[in-house]
Amino acid sequence: MATQHSRAAARLMISPAVLVLLGWMLIPLGMTLYFSFLRYNLLSPGQESFTGFKNYYWFLTDPAFLESIWNTLFLVGGVLLITVIGGTLLALLLNQPIFGQGIVRILVIAPFFVMPTVSALIWKNMFMNPVSGLFAYFASLVGMQPFDFFGQAPLGSIMCIVAWQWTPFATLILLTSLQSLDIEQQEAAEMDGAGSFRRFFYLVLPHLARAITVVILIQTIFLLSIFAEIQVTTNGGPGNASTNLTYLVYVQSLLQFDVGGGSAGGVIAIILANIVAIFLMWMIGKNLDA
Amino acid sequence: MARAISTKRKVILSVLAWAIGFIIFFPILWTFLTGFKTEEQAITSPPLFLNFDWNMSAYEAVQRRSDYLKHFMNSVVISFGSTLLGLLIAIPAAWSMAFVPGKQTKNVLMWMLSTKMLPPVGVLIPIYLLFRDTGLLDTRTGLVIVLTLINLPIIIWMLYTYFKEIPNDILEASRMDGASLFNEILHVLTPMALPGIASTMLLNIILAWNEAFWTLNLTAAKAAPLTQFIASFSSPEGLFYAKLSAASTMAIAPIVILGWFSQKQLVRGLTFGAVK
Repeated sequence: MATQHSRAAARLMISPAVLVLLGWMLIPLGMTLYFSFLRYNLLSPGQESFTGFKNYYWFLTDPAFLESIWNTLFLVGGVLLITVIGGTLLALLLNQPIFGQGIVRILVIAPFFVMPTVSALIWKNMFMNPVSGLFAYFASLVGMQPFDFFGQAPLGSIMCIVAWQWTPFATLILLTSLQSLDIEQQEAAEMDGAGSFRRFFYLVLPHLARAITVVILIQTIFLLSIFAEIQVTTNGGPGNASTNLTYLVYVQSLLQFDVGGGSAGGVIAIILANIVAIFLMWMIGKNLDA
Repeated sequence: MARAISTKRKVILSVLAWAIGFIIFFPILWTFLTGFKTEEQAITSPPLFLNFDWNMSAYEAVQRRSDYLKHFMNSVVISFGSTLLGLLIAIPAAWSMAFVPGKQTKNVLMWMLSTKMLPPVGVLIPIYLLFRDTGLLDTRTGLVIVLTLINLPIIIWMLYTYFKEIPNDILEASRMDGASLFNEILHVLTPMALPGIASTMLLNIILAWNEAFWTLNLTAAKAAPLTQFIASFSSPEGLFYAKLSAASTMAIAPIVILGWFSQKQLVRGLTFGAVK
C-alpha cells in the first residue's frame, strides 16, 4: 500500500536514528580495536607505537585476567541462580489469590528502582558492617560472632546485593508470563487428578521456559557489566578478589592509564558479551516473526 | 467445606507473601527511617526501629555540606534531557518502521537492539578520550549525549511495539485528506500514541536516573548526578549512617515512586516484546 513517496519519507525519517547508532557503534569500536594494537599509555603521550598482539598476550596471560573471568562467571552465575529460582517462587506466590496483592507487588518490585550506588552503600554499611550493621546485631542476638562480609566473602556479598536488585525484575517478568497461562488447561489437569507438583513440572514450567530464558539472557547482558556495586564497596579488592572483567578493564585503562592493554581487555569483553547476545537476539527475532 | 479450606489457604499464602514482601522492602524502609535519626541514634545497639525522636538534622547536614540540590538538578537535566532527545530521534524512526515496513525493517530493528548489547567497558576508553579532547568530560551535555545513545534502542523498540497497535487505516485516511507527513505524525499519530509515548518516557527517565557506569566514569564534580554524589559516601569520615540514609532517601524516592507506576512498561521495555 505504501507509495514511492512514503517509502522515501520513511527512509528519511529513520535515517537520524540509524546514523547516530551507526556512529555510536563504529567510531568507538573502531578506536578500541585500533588502540588494542598500540603501545599507548596516557602518562607518556606521543610515544604510541604499533605492537601487534602483544597487548592481548599481556592481558590474557596476566593472572588477574583469569581471576577476573572466574569472578565474572561466579557473580553472573550466582546472581542468575538466586534471581531465577527466587523469582519463580515469588511469581508463583504472587499469582495466587492473596490479600493486598497490589501492595505486596509494590514492595517486591521496589529494589529494582534503587540506584546501584545507593543499594550497594546501604547494604555495605547499614547491614553488612561487622561492627555496627544490622546483621552483626542479629548475630549477637543468637550468640554468634559477627561475620565480616566484605573481608571474608567480598564477591559473595556483592552477589547478594546484586541479587536483591534483580530478583524484582525476574519476578515481574515471570509473573507477567504466568498470567498468560491457560487456566482451563490447569483446571482440566486438576480434575484429572494431577497434583500441584506434577502440574508445576508438566504445565507451568514448560510455559515459563521461554520467559525464564529471556530473563537469563537479559540479566546476563546487564550483569556482565556490573561496575558501580564493585566500585563503591570493595574497589575490586582485597587483591583482585572481587574484580570482574569490567572492573579490570576500568582499572587498567583509567587508573593505570594503559590504553593499549585496557582496549585489548575491552575487545575481549565485547566478544564474551556477543556470545550471549547472539542467543538473545535469536530468541527475540523468533518472536518478531510470530 | 471447599470454601473454608480455600480461605484458610488464602490467609496462609497472604501472610507468607506479606512477610517476604516486607523482608525484600526492609532495606529501603530502614534507610528511610535512619534518615530521621541523629548519627548517634543511627548506630545505637540495640537498633531503634520507631522509638526514636524523629528529626531532620541529617537532612540539614546533607544540604549544608554537599550542595545536594546541584546534584539533583544534574540528575533531572541528564535523565529528562536524554529521554526527550531520544524521543525526538526515535518517534520518526519508529513511525517509519511501524507504518511503512520494508524488507529490511526486521533486520534494522535487530541491529539497533544489538548496539544495546555492547558492553560499555568495550567503548569506555574511546569515549573518555573523545570527551577529554572535546571538553565534554564532566558536562551535562556529554552525559545527555551518551545516555541518549545507550537508551535509544530501548526507546525505539518500545515506541515501535506501541505504534504497531495503532491501525494504519487512520493514518492513511489523514494522508488521503492531504495531511503532510509532519502533520500526520504531530497531529494524528502522536495524540493516539500518547499513552505509549508517556510510558516509554517514564521507563527511560528511570533507566537514565539510575545509570551508574557512564555517570561515574565521565563526571567528577560539576556535572555529577546523584549516582556520583552518593558514591562519595563510600569513603566516609566519622559517623555518617544518618546522612547516607537521608541523601539516599532523597535520591531514590522520586524514582521508586515513578517506578511503581511503570511496572507494566518495564516488562515491555526490557524484554523487547519477547514476554507478553
